Amino acid sequence: MLSVDVTIVGGGVVGCAIARELSRYRLRVLVLERAAEVGFGTSKANSGIIHAGHHSASTTLKGRLEWEGNQRWAGLADALGFGFRRIGELTVAFDDDDRRTLRRLLEQGEGKGVPGLELWPAERVRREEPNLSGEIEEALHAPTAAVVNPYEACFALAESAVRNGVELACGEPVKAIDRDPDGWFLLTPERTVRSRFVINAAGLHADRVAELAGVEPFTVRARKGEEYLLDKRLAGMVSRLIFPCPTPHSKGILVIPTFDGTLMVGPTAHMTAKDDLSTTAEGAEEAFAGARRLVPGISERDCIAEFAGLRAVLDDEDFLIGPTRARGFVNVAGIQSPGLTAAPAIAEQVAELLAAEGLVLEPDDAFVGTLDPPVQVAGLDREALAELAARDPRYARIACRCENVTEGEVLEAVARGARTLDGLKFRTRVGMGRCQGGFCTWRCLSLLSEATGTPVPALTKRGGGSWIACERNDRVATEVGHD
Amino acid sequence: MISARPLQLRSSYDVLVVGAGPAGMAAALGAREAGAERVLMVDREPETGGILNQCIHNGFGLHHFKEELSGPEYAQRFLEQVLERDVDVLTDAYVLDIDGDRRTALMSPEHGVREVAARAVVLAMGARERTRGAVRIPGQRPAGVMTAGFAQKLVNQAGYLPGRRVVVLGSGDIGLIMARRLVLEGAEVLGVFEILPHVNGLSRNVVQCLQDFDIPLHLSTTVTRIHGRERVERVSVAPVDEAFRPLPERGWEVPCDTLLLSIGLIPENELSRRLRLRLDPVTTGPVVTSGMETSRDGVFACGNVVHIHDLVDYVTEESLLAGRSAGAFALGTPAAADNVRLVPGENVHSCVPHTITTDREHVVYLRVSRSLKPCTLRLGDVYERPLRYVVPGETVTLKVRPRFLEAFHGDTLRVEVVPREEGTA
Repeated sequence: MLSVDVTIVGGGVVGCAIARELSRYRLRVLVLERAAEVGFGTSKANSGIIHAGHHSASTTLKGRLEWEGNQRWAGLADALGFGFRRIGELTVAFDDDDRRTLRRLLEQGEGKGVPGLELWPAERVRREEPNLSGEIEEALHAPTAAVVNPYEACFALAESAVRNGVELACGEPVKAIDRDPDGWFLLTPERTVRSRFVINAAGLHADRVAELAGVEPFTVRARKGEEYLLDKRLAGMVSRLIFPCPTPHSKGILVIPTFDGTLMVGPTAHMTAKDDLSTTAEGAEEAFAGARRLVPGISERDCIAEFAGLRAVLDDEDFLIGPTRARGFVNVAGIQSPGLTAAPAIAEQVAELLAAEGLVLEPDDAFVGTLDPPVQVAGLDREALAELAARDPRYARIACRCENVTEGEVLEAVARGARTLDGLKFRTRVGMGRCQGGFCTWRCLSLLSEATGTPVPALTKRGGGSWIACERNDRVATEVGHD
Repeated sequence: MISARPLQLRSSYDVLVVGAGPAGMAAALGAREAGAERVLMVDREPETGGILNQCIHNGFGLHHFKEELSGPEYAQRFLEQVLERDVDVLTDAYVLDIDGDRRTALMSPEHGVREVAARAVVLAMGARERTRGAVRIPGQRPAGVMTAGFAQKLVNQAGYLPGRRVVVLGSGDIGLIMARRLVLEGAEVLGVFEILPHVNGLSRNVVQCLQDFDIPLHLSTTVTRIHGRERVERVSVAPVDEAFRPLPERGWEVPCDTLLLSIGLIPENELSRRLRLRLDPVTTGPVVTSGMETSRDGVFACGNVVHIHDLVDYVTEESLLAGRSAGAFALGTPAAADNVRLVPGENVHSCVPHTITTDREHVVYLRVSRSLKPCTLRLGDVYERPLRYVVPGETVTLKVRPRFLEAFHGDTLRVEVVPREEGTA
């Protein structure tokens, strides 16, 4: 039986950040993730914003961890080689009520020590962001806000953890949890794992995992956010994140210049079922109406792609991070916005909690905190490209013509853990461009099949039953016993 | 791969052709025909032939070869000629950039990154398919939503099925052809849904691909929602009103595992944009002269990169012309400039080329906006011709002869396709 010190249930950005934090110490750590790859739940379907730090009140846990987390992202991005850009944000006011909200946010931020917060009068707003609505009376500028590709961050955290000895098991959901005086047993379809400590970072399903463990019950509900990506032509329409004044449940519909330079509008915020990742006509209407209120030049016609993500929400709207009545079982639940921002701070807090629960944290001298960033041919100049192509011809063969991704990059992504088409896409941008995979999908499937020894019909878009191609009937017919 | 003839890549060429599909191959031949000695044809795929390689159905070559060929056969005939005429063929290679002086940066595993100069360039990159994002279908994002062209590659080249129970959205030719192919391969095709009141593909494909195989065609009907968490499980469909708004109360659901999209092709003009060519907002391809020259000297374009063609035979014809013009330009003997601008008028959606001359014969390709039964094609008030019918899915080809324009002394000709007037035959 596999026996480990710590099992992290859930390989979202929170689970991956915890795994990477724990990999600093001489511990045996296992991550169990039910999806085919890390970050395939809420972590890949969000706004990709590292919040400035002033949005949530410091009386809340999420309010404290928001600002603490913000301060760690630049260093993480630098060490792990994923993209991060501090572009700043503007929260805008349309009337006196909004202006009062801006002052409250300013005070809240200053109370937490968020630097650089500044109220901008209308003229300044127009000068800095000329495409914003003329109705805007004032704005709060927060220079500490940033954008990342959340899935890239997740992959990098996981990869760094694995390089430092963490075992990552994807496609392995926890089916049952049991315990004895020495610790915990986790049952997956593959095996039984013995673990001294369990961290419940199961996102939307954290309530189910807590129930399996028999600790204090709570309920996680799903709040859906639909997001709409706009054509690259609109890049530069705004250079900062644009927020309306918040409502009690959400930060509202934002205009987001993503890390990749495209504009995104959203997210909506409506309670739904935990498996409802659909986009809707109403959602699109709401997102575009909200976005147009901020930036009147945005049009629904410019939409090129859309997606929905689910926030894991607890009744009190705050994070739940802490030990339970069962020793060694720690909850990290209800990590809704600003969860991505807070993740690195959550990870540190969890390490402290584990220490308090009796886990000895002995630094591992072999820990390597950095990763080489993946090769990105599209960003290279002619000379660097020539040098790379001469060294390894696989980087001279284009796989994805829209985003200029080479066969070498696809194979590198497989070597770094990609097992699905979405995994390749989110690591390399293959299939994210104009043709949306029309031309490159077959090449990616054959590369993935060859590199992993998996037959094409067994390959998936994102694990489970998301198969892409099946055998022809004549081939199926020759297999006895197959219907 | 054309490994039989290893290529000594030169540093300069008379004519560089980007793309080795039907357009590129014909352009390369045209350039040689015009006397260009050193012609290079580049393609990013490991083999020449482009999309023809996955078009294993027949129906190609009826105009050009006067016989019916499959796509690969049609491509093979051109490849043989291209090799016979000593065109340099560089496959598995990618054009990184072309600058205004026609200096081209290429990259291939065999040659690394190389710069090649050319006196003339022919752009023949073809087209790509419109995707789900272009039509914004609400619902989930399961696997199993794919373009008809990808499915065609999967079935005809890779030897797999895209699924077993298939719905086709859009009535472009590839969708119609794939509906038939999938039935032949043992899949179930539950219907073709088209939001417009007319089919987008050729009439012969409606008969031969749908009717002959009892595949239901639903016009003025569209897919309103995609269901399925991991793989497509079903789609909601509904008829639409005159403004193309779905009428969900009259809709129904179709259980299926695959949704094929055949909702149009878009010319692949990324290099054209980088070259800052003038583009036609309707075709989205470059504005071209009667010799297929773009707005930049020495840069020519042909095939689906310029406008979407119904038949490969037309691509060939247009591309031979583009190649000949490029060859002549490279040799320093370009054709005289055009003196008449063609402007799409009533019921003409697009019109290529954009300019012609009054002293030579030209083939003009038109696409109409709406169907008309007996109607009249008019060139200004100097020429008219009766047409039996026009439909938006089929190109109208017009040979403009100098004698049509003898009475014409202006510089702009409006092209129109109008209902036949009462009293005329």
